[in-house]
Amino acid sequence: MSQVNITINGVNIQAEKGMTILEAARTAGIFIPTLCYHEELESYGACRLCVVEIGQGERKKIVASCLYQISDGLVVETETEKINGFRRTILSLLMHRWDSIPASLLEKYGAKSNERFTDNMTYCILCGLCVRFCHEVKGANVLGFIGRGTIRQVVIFPNQSAKYCASFCPDEMECLHYCPTGVISSQYYGSRPADGQALPHAHPVCINEDINILEILERVGYISK
Amino acid sequence: MSYSLAKVDRIIDHYGADAEALIQILLDIQHEFRWLSRETLLHTADRLGLPMNQLYNVTTFYKHFSLVPQGRHAVSVCVGTACHVRGATRLLDRVAQGFKLSPDETSADEKFSLKTVSCLGCCALGPVMVVDGKYMSNPTSNEIAEIVEECE
Repeated sequence: MSQVNITINGVNIQAEKGMTILEAARTAGIFIPTLCYHEELESYGACRLCVVEIGQGERKKIVASCLYQISDGLVVETETEKINGFRRTILSLLMHRWDSIPASLLEKYGAKSNERFTDNMTYCILCGLCVRFCHEVKGANVLGFIGRGTIRQVVIFPNQSAKYCASFCPDEMECLHYCPTGVISSQYYGSRPADGQALPHAHPVCINEDINILEILERVGYISK
Repeated sequence: MSYSLAKVDRIIDHYGADAEALIQILLDIQHEFRWLSRETLLHTADRLGLPMNQLYNVTTFYKHFSLVPQGRHAVSVCVGTACHVRGATRLLDRVAQGFKLSPDETSADEKFSLKTVSCLGCCALGPVMVVDGKYMSNPTSNEIAEIVEECE
């Protein structure tokens, strides 16, 4: 493996070629906050908490460190005022979906609840860890996203009902260990909630033969009747 | 149904059953049938070797794709800024009345679908209505009634 020299926060670091900034920083013991990153899964770049500033002077730009590959002579800043401002905004937005974000993160970046943002306590931050685990590790593709923007949510898919889920994860839904907010519960594992039954928070809505995807989309306001 | 799946197959074969051409394939299928039925999606997923969750991810992400049947004639009314300023809301009311549809609705006989769009790039014509690709600048109630008559 060839080595490259990079500078993170003014410190010279040797790292292996092909690593991302995040991997190089973690290897060197430099903290970069993340929510949607997991070593076992491919980087996704959804939470944007891992943004860092690269380059110098006029050519500075902001990139997601979990996706950006290092090259020789790269200069990285992980805690500039601008970046921490971004992180503050992201965390402030997330606070309105999930009420137990690690307090250390909130304090570090001074994130406060903002009355401009309306509460939408779904407890799902759409990090995609469960969906990616289901696809990449299990190859089951039972979980997936539907919609976009405010209505985007995780669902269990048609023809791949909860029973199908059980054929890939016989004991429990293994994806629930990946969920940072703990919203995926195994309460409905092996069965599905009856029609009209209240779903806890953002537990993925189960779609199979008798709950149609169109009904789900209608319920979340994607299409009108 | 088997006849229409043969059409789907032709479209997929045209792109060499390449999963990377998914969006283009879906666009072509939608162009052919005006919407994407569950059967078509299942068949496409099968042919391309993609899981259904990916197809639903894509089709619910892009607003262009429709998972419900669309009318034979697409009626769009622009409600973008320029058209709004020039009276798009009044035009939309007239169109809704003329076609007896509310926005995002398809008539029971699947003849018309009414949609609102957010800029058609011809702001000088605003407020603008498009029926099957034909642009009309601020049509009157009578002109709208004529269009309703003309369409098969």
